[in-house]
Amino acid sequence: MTLAPRAEGTRGARLEGVAARPGLPSSDRLQPSSISLPGGPSQSGPHVVPVPSLEALGVSVVLGGRQVLHDVSLSIGPGWTAIVGPNGAGKSTLLRTLVGLQAVQSGRVELAGRPWPHWSPRERARQVAWLAQQGEASGELTVREVVHLGRLPQLGLFATPGPEDEALVQAAMAQTECAAWQHRSLQALSGGERQRVLLARALAVDAPLLLLDEPTTHLDPPHQVALVRLLQRQARAGRAVASVLHDLSLALQADRLVVMAQGRVRAAGPRDDPSLHAALVEVFDGAIRIERLGAQWVVVPDLSPG
Amino acid sequence: MTTAALLAIPVSAERLRKRLAWQLALLGLLLALASLAAGSDGWSPAALWRLLSGPDAGLVIGQIRAPRTLGAWLVGALLGIAGAVAQGLFRNPLADPYLLGSASGATLGVVLVLGAGALTGHAVSLASADALTRIGLIGAAFAGSLGGVTLTLTLARGAMHTSRLLLAGVIVGVVLGAAGDMVTTVVPDALRGKQAFLLGSTGFLGWDSCAALAAGLLSTLPLAWRLSRALDALTLGEDSAISLGLALGKLRFLLVAALALATALAVSQAGLIAFVGLVAPHLVRRFAPAAHGYHVVASAAMGGTLLLGADVLARCLVAPQELPVGVLTAVLGGGYLLWLLHRRRLA
Repeated sequence: MTLAPRAEGTRGARLEGVAARPGLPSSDRLQPSSISLPGGPSQSGPHVVPVPSLEALGVSVVLGGRQVLHDVSLSIGPGWTAIVGPNGAGKSTLLRTLVGLQAVQSGRVELAGRPWPHWSPRERARQVAWLAQQGEASGELTVREVVHLGRLPQLGLFATPGPEDEALVQAAMAQTECAAWQHRSLQALSGGERQRVLLARALAVDAPLLLLDEPTTHLDPPHQVALVRLLQRQARAGRAVASVLHDLSLALQADRLVVMAQGRVRAAGPRDDPSLHAALVEVFDGAIRIERLGAQWVVVPDLSPG
Repeated sequence: MTTAALLAIPVSAERLRKRLAWQLALLGLLLALASLAAGSDGWSPAALWRLLSGPDAGLVIGQIRAPRTLGAWLVGALLGIAGAVAQGLFRNPLADPYLLGSASGATLGVVLVLGAGALTGHAVSLASADALTRIGLIGAAFAGSLGGVTLTLTLARGAMHTSRLLLAGVIVGVVLGAAGDMVTTVVPDALRGKQAFLLGSTGFLGWDSCAALAAGLLSTLPLAWRLSRALDALTLGEDSAISLGLALGKLRFLLVAALALATALAVSQAGLIAFVGLVAPHLVRRFAPAAHGYHVVASAAMGGTLLLGADVLARCLVAPQELPVGVLTAVLGGGYLLWLLHRRRLA
């Protein structure tokens, strides 16, 4: 059992500007600007957001008497980071800790060098948007009303949304293709449709950091592809995107991966790194194979005899 | 599609909300007239004519029926707000205003005053014309109701954890209920008054009651309405609401305060009226689903209309006798929920 890589190691592994590299499976039709779309509200130039770095420093978390995270250190910078690992590896807890929703036993999480407890709830919410795993949804809100909740960090409870807020909301809905049923009740939607609405809600925050827990849940293959494109677009626009992903083939589309097992970071590095692949196979007990298929990596269960 | 077209809310949802608002206003007005006309021998045109042509019209209508009518509506409205806030806060359509110990606290307060009165040789009765006695009982119910919720909040160590809050509410309900039972065991004379309080009644509402209730409505409704976006955010789950920058502990405390104040006022003036707080938000959701801003206000109007309607029925069904209105709301509300359950199973 190896020790978790210290902060220096993971920091060195952070790849900035990877998204701009040629050879990335990208579609040129997509605009670099994250929140602007054909026919939608125009925005001058690409979205320039100075992304503050989000760092976990020696974080340990105990939940219900069980230590879920052991001395985890890593940093989330610009680009798309996928967090992968077997069930119970602590991925969701790590994400919740990074967002500031989970109290830590020891260590700390800092944004731009300032620990979370020193940020006000609204300041924090303006910096980091978060999508819950299996996001719940009760009540009678329509799709549009739900996505508008993403403007709460900016507006607070009492301000009325202005035209810019409406534009951001419409753009977010357009990006996840849920604008067409924006007046329907969230309750009336299928699981995949609901997931897209909740994703739009996270996009509508318009935060420099976007942390998503299992965003592909319930999505069919076309919408999984659309999601990958969306995250790549967000990363290229300068945002820091981190997502927990079960689907390893999708995760290997990210700029950088963090491999977790048993509450520790086992490896972190760019997606093409052979040692990262080796670590990935190892944490999944050698039950997977990582193959090159054209420009992308695919991960399949290893069913070969012996 | 143009942006303008995208922005427009479809006519149907907006129309449903407007229609419900008009219906509630119209129904409320009609019921108010019916309530003003309904006398001790029920709803009889002849009796109404006799009254109107007699010398006591001003007294009977102005001092008895009018405050009772307005009071019944206000009590129902407060219960409607409390129900809508409770259901939003606990994200549970079965939550009702009495969930956090209001009912048991108020009952204990009333029983204590009744018991103390019996022990000191003063016959205290809910129907007493003695203003001091009335005020004593109302004060006891109000203090008991707020005390019950305060106890629940203390036990739950604030309003941060929903499940702890609900559990604490149940425990407080059981413990205060037992304490009340103990008092009535020692002082059986208090039992009759307690019974009347548990059944709920709008029969004793005067203009002073209306003033207190209206003040309560004017403070709790704007508060609940202002915080309705927090209830909206809570529909996505508590973690999502926190991730959106809401100071959930503080907001929940304010909402519990609004809920407790609305319930305490209603309970102290009219006893334990069952089911109005549970059913009113349900009916609003059914006829005009909407975000909490509209929902809270419409639930208030719905609650007022329901209780006023129940009160008119209670006076007319077995006239010249009068049913306790709480019994009627329990039967009607319970029946409605049963019907809803039955329909859902078929669907």
